[in-house]
Amino acid sequence: MADPLTWHRLQFAFTIVYHYLFPQLTMGLALIIVVLKGLALKTKDERYATAARFWVRIFGLNFAVGVVTGIPMEFQFGTNWARFTQLTGGVIGQTLALEGMFAFMLESSFLAMLVWGEKKLGPKKHFFASVALFCGSWLSGVFIITTNAFMQHPVGFARTADGSFVLADFWTYVLNPWALAQYAHNQMASLVTASFVVTAVGAFWLLRGTHLEQARLNVKVGSIAGLIASALVAFPTGDLQAKLVANHQPAALAAMEGRFESGTRAEIHLIGQPNVAARRLDNPIGVPAVLSFLAFGRFNAEVVGLNDIPESEWPTSIELLYYSFHVMVGLGTMFLGLMALTALFQWRGWLEKSRWLLWCLMLAFPFPYIANTAGWMTAELGRQPYLVYGLLRTIDGASPTVHTGDTAFTLIGFTGLYFVLGLAFLFLIGREVTHGPAGHAEVTHA
Amino acid sequence: MLELTWFWLVAVLVTLWAVLDGFDLGVGVLHRFVAHTDTERRQVLAAIGPVWDGNEVWLLAAGGSMFLAFPRLLAAGFSGFYLPVIFVVWALILRGTSIELRSHLASPLWRSFFDTTFMVGSTAVPVLLGAALGNIVRGVPLNAAGFFELPLFGSLGVLEPYTVLIGVLVLVTLTAHGANWLAWKTDGAVQARVLRARFPLWIGAFVFWVLAAFGTARIAPEVMGALPSRPMAWLGLALVLGGAVLIIVKRRGELAPFFGGVAFIAGSLVTVVGCLFPVLLRGLSPEHSITLRNASAGGASMSAGLWWWGLGIALAAGYFWWVMRHFQGKAVAALDGEGY
Repeated sequence: MADPLTWHRLQFAFTIVYHYLFPQLTMGLALIIVVLKGLALKTKDERYATAARFWVRIFGLNFAVGVVTGIPMEFQFGTNWARFTQLTGGVIGQTLALEGMFAFMLESSFLAMLVWGEKKLGPKKHFFASVALFCGSWLSGVFIITTNAFMQHPVGFARTADGSFVLADFWTYVLNPWALAQYAHNQMASLVTASFVVTAVGAFWLLRGTHLEQARLNVKVGSIAGLIASALVAFPTGDLQAKLVANHQPAALAAMEGRFESGTRAEIHLIGQPNVAARRLDNPIGVPAVLSFLAFGRFNAEVVGLNDIPESEWPTSIELLYYSFHVMVGLGTMFLGLMALTALFQWRGWLEKSRWLLWCLMLAFPFPYIANTAGWMTAELGRQPYLVYGLLRTIDGASPTVHTGDTAFTLIGFTGLYFVLGLAFLFLIGREVTHGPAGHAEVTHA
Repeated sequence: MLELTWFWLVAVLVTLWAVLDGFDLGVGVLHRFVAHTDTERRQVLAAIGPVWDGNEVWLLAAGGSMFLAFPRLLAAGFSGFYLPVIFVVWALILRGTSIELRSHLASPLWRSFFDTTFMVGSTAVPVLLGAALGNIVRGVPLNAAGFFELPLFGSLGVLEPYTVLIGVLVLVTLTAHGANWLAWKTDGAVQARVLRARFPLWIGAFVFWVLAAFGTARIAPEVMGALPSRPMAWLGLALVLGGAVLIIVKRRGELAPFFGGVAFIAGSLVTVVGCLFPVLLRGLSPEHSITLRNASAGGASMSAGLWWWGLGIALAAGYFWWVMRHFQGKAVAALDGEGY
């Protein structure tokens, strides 16, 4: 525990996981708000406008916490990963600067207009403000994922004599094939979170028997978006992502599946516990040849196991990587099942009488957050032991002059600050949801 | 040439942040003192609510551009000033959270709590960043690898008399700048209190500015000594003087002193940067200083960045214009659930 690297990693992991609880909702929700406001403009149906108003309030709170918890992310490149910054700034600085100028400027300028400006702006300009937030937040995703894709699969760069990475070709760097697949996968996963939250709020109101008209609208919009997004997150986006990992990060794939032996007709493991010391998977249940097919498109394709990869190239926490991947895939499969079932019940008109399903929908909303987090942990743990895959080791990227005592102290500080922030946030969100679509201000003034 | 261009582009972004977010921070410092009732406090928040987040982004844009063009500077500075930088981050989180969450609940205790955290966050940022600026001018113990570490206190620490003096200068100046903004955007009792405090605050800023100049001459004579041969520093001084004169002559005006404050702040930064040039972070051993040449990223990064930078600035200016157009006139306190 005295090892400074562990603390740098812990702090970055904690602050990024916490931060990403907010953007994963706001990116997906921005799209849903644009759709609701677009429908309201087109059909003049007040129900869509009311729903949009409620979700803008939820969006505003989430966005605010997303903004403030995003500040440390940018700063920590310099504070905790100074050597990484020094060596790769010539490449990844490009997309981080682009994010500030093109995404943050757009989001921050129009946020207050979206959250508070409906009366002042009128319906058309207010719709435009929601489009601005949608574009800004999805652009932000583009730049962050391009940066991350460089770390996963470096392209478009050159090395100088002192080992620094410099940009060789802007377009090669920005159009990294890894980034395209990862972005599509990530954005659909974000839409899964948002659609499950929208559905859960609708289900909650239906179960309580309040705001029935809005509740039905939310369940309908949420479950349609949820079904589409849950399908797209698996295929083609998740499939593309898996094939990239199989081709470029064989050690990550082997660890994700807890696979030590190499061989053809590789089986996919549904359950099992990796036993790294004994180099095997305990209590496995698997389906033969499926992993070979998913990874390479052929049932008899060879999948390399960890035994044939030098230990120095192994991801540093194989167990956590294995579980992250399995949690993500397992939950993703259940999301698709739940949303397909909901669609069937909606179509047959059974949904409102099936309180058990409404309970499932209401209680399901935390799980996309878990799946998104597990997905990112799979990507980042799979990249280990490298910061820039195959080229720059994580241990060579940390700040040389920052000690364990400093990082332990600031990690404790972040934990405390984020705990209080989280309490205030949950309290305010809970109030909005219990007050319902009309909002508490109207209620108290009425 | 490319390095020089990026040097000034980053300088422009840092200056824009200081000038724009500077008044938000100043407003935060003044908040509890110039606004007493809840309606008055909401009037103050309404005066910065629609712009503060956009203003803060200039800091991230400046950081991003520094990352792109001078990664070594960012790496050395942020890791060397580890604790103060994290404190700034916490203060920025506190400030932003306070503005955004305060008026969501009608409870006077909830609101009073966030009014105070708003003030604490807004006070800590200028003091700490001012002290960091003091450290850059004084010099830090950079090693051959381009890194340094510093204790927080002590004769050669992040916080010592000279750097604290710069921190206080920045705090008083930005508070006065915030008063300028509120004088323009508010009316009634809040404006009356702001107007009473504004001129004394500026006099304080001028006094600390002169003290800081003497301090710099003592602590970093090489930096001060470079001034006569640096046209940029002369331009900066002219801006400082012009700004000060405008503030004094138009001391009862609503908008004119604000532009005086902008010139004073921008001029001060240009003067410092002009004197330090081409050094970006002074090493106590001069051969280890981080300069324009040894800090730059190289490769295609800077030339690739140039073509989109202008577009980015133009778009940001467009958004700012759009927001300000919908935010004309005096700020009005919002009702519950309708604004800050």
